[in-house]
Amino acid sequence: MMKQKHLLGLEHFPADDLAKIIETSFSFKEILDRPIKKVPSLQGKTIVNLFFENSTRTRISFELAQKRLSADTVNFSASSSSLKKGESFKDTVQNIEAMKIDAVVMRHPSPGSSLHLTKYIDSVVINAGDGTHEHPTQAILDMTSLKERFGKIKGLKIGIIGDIAHSRVARSNIYGLNKMGAEVMVCGPPTLVPYDIQSLGVKITHNLDEILDWADAINVLRIQLERMDRGLFPSVREYRNLFGITNERLQKHNKEIVIMHPGPMNRGVEIESAVADGKSAIILDQVLNGVASRMAILYLFLGGNQNES
Amino acid sequence: MNLKKIPKKLLLKGGKIFDPTLDKLKKADIIIEKNKIAAIGQKIKDNNASIIDCNGLVITHGFCDVHVHFREPGQEDKETLATGSLAALAGGFTRVCAMPNTSPPLDSPEAINFIVEKSTESPIFIHPIGAVTKDQKGKDLTEIQGMIKEGAVAISDDGLPISDAQVMRLALEYTSMFDIPVINHAEDECLRNNGVMNEGDNSIRLGLKGNPSLSESIMIQRDLELANLVNTKIHVPHVSTSKAISNIKRMKKINPKISAEVTPHHLYFNDQALSNYNTNFKVAPPIRSENDRKALTKGIKDGTIDCVATDHAPHTIEEKEASFDMAPFGMIGLESCFGVINKILDLPINLIIKLITKNPRRIMGFNNNLFEIGSHIELTIVDPNLEWVFNENNIYSKSKNSPFIGETLKGKVLYTLSKGYLADLNTKN
Repeated sequence: MMKQKHLLGLEHFPADDLAKIIETSFSFKEILDRPIKKVPSLQGKTIVNLFFENSTRTRISFELAQKRLSADTVNFSASSSSLKKGESFKDTVQNIEAMKIDAVVMRHPSPGSSLHLTKYIDSVVINAGDGTHEHPTQAILDMTSLKERFGKIKGLKIGIIGDIAHSRVARSNIYGLNKMGAEVMVCGPPTLVPYDIQSLGVKITHNLDEILDWADAINVLRIQLERMDRGLFPSVREYRNLFGITNERLQKHNKEIVIMHPGPMNRGVEIESAVADGKSAIILDQVLNGVASRMAILYLFLGGNQNES
Repeated sequence: MNLKKIPKKLLLKGGKIFDPTLDKLKKADIIIEKNKIAAIGQKIKDNNASIIDCNGLVITHGFCDVHVHFREPGQEDKETLATGSLAALAGGFTRVCAMPNTSPPLDSPEAINFIVEKSTESPIFIHPIGAVTKDQKGKDLTEIQGMIKEGAVAISDDGLPISDAQVMRLALEYTSMFDIPVINHAEDECLRNNGVMNEGDNSIRLGLKGNPSLSESIMIQRDLELANLVNTKIHVPHVSTSKAISNIKRMKKINPKISAEVTPHHLYFNDQALSNYNTNFKVAPPIRSENDRKALTKGIKDGTIDCVATDHAPHTIEEKEASFDMAPFGMIGLESCFGVINKILDLPINLIIKLITKNPRRIMGFNNNLFEIGSHIELTIVDPNLEWVFNENNIYSKSKNSPFIGETLKGKVLYTLSKGYLADLNTKN
C-alpha cells in the first residue's frame, strides 16, 4: 500500500513509495509478455476515466492497464458529458461517485484540479495530467524506462528539452528524478525556460550542445505550435535550428545519448525521424512501460495487497 | 450581531477615547443624546441613560473604507447594499466607497443617483465611486461633473486597468477641475498576460500562470508621472509590490496630491499561501512574495502608504468552487480587517486606527471632526487586545470567500454606532 491515498503529483510524494512503484512496474511488465495478459488483481474494482482534455495515448494506456488488472472501467470525456449542458464539475464528479466507484483517473486542463477533485469525492484520485502542473504517471513510466535501460536511476544525468514552463511532464520528471537521485538539466529558449525554473532543482541551459554534452539521456518534449502564435518563439524553422534533435547534432558528441519522448511527436520539428526511429530511442519502450507502470500504480493505490492475500 | 436603534440616551462609560485627529488616547465618558454627542467628560453619571461598559475598550471614529464592491446593481447574488452594510458594521466601518464595476457599471449620473437614493436608509454611509470611462471600456470619459453632483466621491474603472495612457491623461486632466481623486487599477494587461497569481517560484511549481510585479509598478509609475503633469489628485489602490512602493515613495516627494492604499490580505499573506490552490487567495492584484509583503509593511510605517482599504470583493460559493485558473478574483475583507491589521502590523493602536479612520477620510474629503459636541454619532468601539478566531459566524456579507476563516486575529470590534444604529458585536450569537 502507498502512504498517500491519492497520486496527485510527485512533488510531495515519498521517495520510497516511488521506488516501490517503479519496482512493481517490472513485475507487471512480465505479465504483458505472457500470452494471456490478464490478472485478477483488481477484480470487482470500478475505475472511472474522467478526461476533460483530449488524450489518446494516456487514456488507452490507462484503460489497457485497468482491463489487464480485471477492473471494471467507465470512460467519460468532456465532449460527451453533461458539462456541456451546464452541470458543474462538482455535480458531475459527485454524481459519478454516487454510483459507487473506487477510483478516478482524471485529466483536466486546470492546474490543481486533481487536488480540487479530492475535496469533492472519497475515491482514490490518480492524476493523469492537470494542466501545466503535474503528470506523475508519465514521469513514473519515464523513470521505469530509464531504470530498464540503465539498471539504475541514481547518478544519471537527464536532460529535458523544450517547453519546460508549460510542461506537466517536465515538472513531474524533475521532482521524481531528483527524488531518485538523478540530476536534471533543462534546455530551451528563455521564453519557454524562464529563470524561475531553477527553483525546481534543475540546471538551466539555452545551448543544446551543452545539454547533449552533459546528458546520459534526453527527454524531448513536444513543442506546441500554438505557443508560437503567442510569440514565445518565432518559427518552427528557428526552433528546429536551435533545439531540434537530429543525428547530425547528436553525432558531434561522440557518445550514445538515450532518446525519450512522451509523445505525441512532431516529427521534423523537435525531433527528426531518423532519431525517433533510431537505435538510441526508447520511445516505444516508454509506451509499453506506460501500461506496466499504470498497472503498478492502480494495483498499489487500490489495495492490491489485500487481493493477493 | 444585534442591530438596533441607538437608545435616546446612551452613556459610553469607562473607555479610552482615541480621536485620530489629536493623536492621543484619553480616558473619558461620552453621553449620547438623540444620536448626537451631548457631552464628553470624566465620570459622567446619568441614571436615565442606557450604559455601555467601555472599560478596557477604545472608542474611536467609525472606520472608513475607500474600496469596497457591493455588487449592486446587477450582481445581487454576491452582495447587496443591505448585506454589504451589515458586513461593514461587523467590521466597525461606518463609511465606505463603493466601486462602480457593477452590472451595469456606475458610469452615469443616474447610476450614481441610484446608489445614493437606495442607500439613504442604510445603517452606514455608502459613497459611490463613478466610472472613469463609459461602460468601463477604457475609451470615452463619463460625465464626471454630473456624477460628482449626484454624490460620486472619486472616479475609477476598478477591476479594469485604464490601459490607454492617453485616456488616463485625459481623465486626470479633465478631473483636475474637480477636487476628487482618480483611482486606477494599476496592472499592465499585456505584462499581466492573463496571470492568475504572483509570478515566481511558486507559480512555476503550481503550474499557474504568473503575473509579474512589473505589471503593477510600471503602470503606477506611468500614472504618477501623468498625475504630476496635469496636477490632479491621484489615489493608488491596493498596492502589492515592493517596486510600486519605491515608485510611490519617490513620486510623493515631488507631488503631495498622491495617496495610496494597501489591503489587509496583501499585508498578511505571501504567495506561499496559494500552495493548496485555495481560490479564496485568488485576488487582483495577486498576493505577492514575502519580500513584497515586507515592503508594504515598511511603506505603512514610513508613510508611503496612507491607508488600509479592504477591496471587499464578494463572490458566490459556486464561483469560488471553480478550479483556480477559472475562479473569479477577489476576497471579502470588511469583517476581518481590524483584527488582521492590528495583529500583523507591529504598530501602536493609535497608528493602526488612523489607517482606517482619519487617513481615508482625508483622501476622500470626509468630515474628520467626529468627537465635536453635537456631532452625529459615527463611532466604533474596539477591544484592541482581544484574541479571537475568525469564523463563518463573523461574516455578514452575502458571500463567504474569506481565507481568514480559522485564523486567530488580534483586536475585535465590539460596537459600531452609525446613522442612528447600534451594532452590538459583543454578543456570542
